[in-house]
Amino acid sequence: MLSGKPMEKQEFKTPETNGVSPAPKAKKPKKAKSVPDPLAEVENLSLFYGAKQALRDINMNIPRKQVTAFIGPSGCGKSTLLRCFNRLNDLIDDCRTEGDISINGKSIFDSDVDITDLRKRVGMVFQKSNPFPKSIYENVAYGARIAGIKKKSVLDDIVEKNLKRAALWEEVNDRLNDSAMSLSGGQQQRLCIARAIAVEPDVLLMDEPCSALDPIATAKIEDLVTELKSKFTIVIVTHNMQQAARVSDYTAFMYIGDIVEFDTTEKIFLNPAKKHTEDYVSGKFG
Amino acid sequence: MPKLWKAGDAYIWISGLALMITLVMIGGLLFLIAAKGLGSMWPADIGRYTLRDSSVYLGQFRAKESVRDSDGVRSSESRIKLKIGNRDLYGLDFKWINEADIASRDYPRDAVILERHEWGNYHGYLKEIRKNGVVIPGGDTEAFSVLRDLIRDSNEIHAKILKIEKGEIGDINYGIEKRRLKLRGLAMRGEGDPVKEAEHRLKIKEYEERYKESEAKLEALYSELNRNEAVMISAGGDEKVIPLGKIVLAFRPNDMGFLEKAGFYVKRFWGFVSDDPREANTEGGIFPAIFGTVLMVFIMSIVVMPFGVIAALYLREYARQGVMVRIVRICVNNLAGVPSIVFGVFGVGFFLYGVGGIIDSVFFKEALPSPTFGTGGILWASLTLALLTVPVVIVATEEGLAAVPRNIREGSLALGATKFETTWKVVIPSALPAILTGLILAVARATGEVAPLMITGVVKLAPDLPIDGHFPFLHLERKFMHLGFHIYDLGFQSPNAEAAKPMVFMTAFLLILIVVVLNITAIIIRNRLRKKYATSAV
Repeated sequence: MLSGKPMEKQEFKTPETNGVSPAPKAKKPKKAKSVPDPLAEVENLSLFYGAKQALRDINMNIPRKQVTAFIGPSGCGKSTLLRCFNRLNDLIDDCRTEGDISINGKSIFDSDVDITDLRKRVGMVFQKSNPFPKSIYENVAYGARIAGIKKKSVLDDIVEKNLKRAALWEEVNDRLNDSAMSLSGGQQQRLCIARAIAVEPDVLLMDEPCSALDPIATAKIEDLVTELKSKFTIVIVTHNMQQAARVSDYTAFMYIGDIVEFDTTEKIFLNPAKKHTEDYVSGKFG
Repeated sequence: MPKLWKAGDAYIWISGLALMITLVMIGGLLFLIAAKGLGSMWPADIGRYTLRDSSVYLGQFRAKESVRDSDGVRSSESRIKLKIGNRDLYGLDFKWINEADIASRDYPRDAVILERHEWGNYHGYLKEIRKNGVVIPGGDTEAFSVLRDLIRDSNEIHAKILKIEKGEIGDINYGIEKRRLKLRGLAMRGEGDPVKEAEHRLKIKEYEERYKESEAKLEALYSELNRNEAVMISAGGDEKVIPLGKIVLAFRPNDMGFLEKAGFYVKRFWGFVSDDPREANTEGGIFPAIFGTVLMVFIMSIVVMPFGVIAALYLREYARQGVMVRIVRICVNNLAGVPSIVFGVFGVGFFLYGVGGIIDSVFFKEALPSPTFGTGGILWASLTLALLTVPVVIVATEEGLAAVPRNIREGSLALGATKFETTWKVVIPSALPAILTGLILAVARATGEVAPLMITGVVKLAPDLPIDGHFPFLHLERKFMHLGFHIYDLGFQSPNAEAAKPMVFMTAFLLILIVVVLNITAIIIRNRLRKKYATSAV
């Protein structure tokens, strides 16, 4: 199952992620926790890498224009779940999903769904910043060009607007034609955010966006997340519980492919319903 | 000692030594070729050697070695090799003389070397010049400068003659041939179209008229060319009358200063690079061979790049990785190891006889039985080399594609790009440096290849360049000259091997130079791209 998740640090993988699990089995909520105005609904979602099950019968609702954080120990399936929302797991051979995810009431697994169209509506920012080996300008304009926009003035506007949204404009407006590789790590990650939101998606998935960054760059990204939630629904995977507490409105604690608890962030961190969650957020294990 | 061995120092020394040996070998090779080739063009002083038997030779010193007896043992005596020229007089350009036989040697300032259109160089003294029937006595510097002026005039006439022969008469021949083929085509199709036929015949008549005019012009030029003569005396006192039209250039090396010699050297080197060959390739320049080599490599690159890159793209990006793909990959790698002559044989069988034969029977019926594309030509040679080098490009491109990080592809796909868009806009640009590395390797291999070319289109002497002023300007069916084959031809097929030796080295030097220049160009482009498409700066 490692092959499916190149982003995860492999040394943290333990046998407990196998199908036969010795871990305490949390009681599954039969109904997903209801949230006001859900954008995406996950119903009985299971995912298998070959014979190994990575997600177990997940039910949850992602609230619109809020930040939802997935926390949990390495290998618990956070990233895998995240990558279901834009069907990036489709790229992996032997990967099979059961159940359903619907966004705005429409199933993303329907046969009439155009996968490129889906990915335009569900943007993603990766753990390791991955700017294209092109200029800063071309990176941000990439999605627009894919969508067929050719007019220079329109592209200029898109680039400026989204670099500003990503709080990068001030730093790069005088060198838009430089290679994106000339930026620092934090700038590259913000460029990737600008690139993702330039497509104007409904949802922005963030897969541990700060794990490779220093605290200052991390703080900038976190501020950005808080700002962006007025426009986008954000789902963020993080290792860092403080980060989840700082930026998210809702938090899901996952363990071995299961959602142990999903509630408002306040509740999860201050008054969790489950002992297991409390142990995790208070640092007793993880 | 065992500790030393363990620490690995010994390995470092051994690898350093191996590297040094390699570098020395490469350096030595280049030095040998450069020295032997470049040195031969220097206008060395010409000595007058008087032997004890009172025979006299005028010659340039070329080499010295100790004499060996019949058992191969060196004796204390030594002998020298002189380039004595005057092949028409002595039968050979070079002569070995035992130093013991030399009574005296000196360097007369008025000794003249003439480079001729035939019979190689002439070494001697200028006795007199016959200009328009007037005799100008030679010997002094003034007479020599008159001679040089006259030679310059005659060279201009030569250029005019060449222009008429290649230009005007070339056009006429081209036109006549075209009309003749059209007539033949009409007859073959059985279309008795008297109007068209008459038109073609009329045109041919016109061309023939024009040919007569050109011929008259040529005759006038030729007689002008041979009107003036130089009377020369050889070292041995034989007199020879040489029409100035037969002389390429005259110089007196003993009378030249260093700077003058250097200028002369540069001019000569340029002539070597830019002129056509003379005298069965042993004299003159090698321009057609340079041109042919570069054009062939160019055509090959244009063909091999798309094929190699597309094949690699399919293998790496689209084909389902499995046993089949692995077998194909092994086959491709093995293809790179097939002897090049085998590719040549395939080229003859498939391109010349197969494809060329079909093209001829469809488009060039009128010209049959003489083949147009059904014989060796630059297109077939280039395609054969493209086949030869396509594995190199595939392997290099595949490696480049494999090195493009997965998260960059995912980044593109996550933005809603299709796989094709991702490949085209992100993956290929990132792999471009590797693709260019493949091209560099392919070019280096193709430039040096001779064997498959010999049977697919290279000739000793091509009458026309593959590019000229006649529509369609690029004549892919033409045979061409190639530096690698030129070396082989000069070195092993030449009637005058000794005289051709410096040419062999010069040609080899230029071939290496061209490979280097082509590679450096590609490397510069690659480094630019690398900077532009660097995939990891952090």
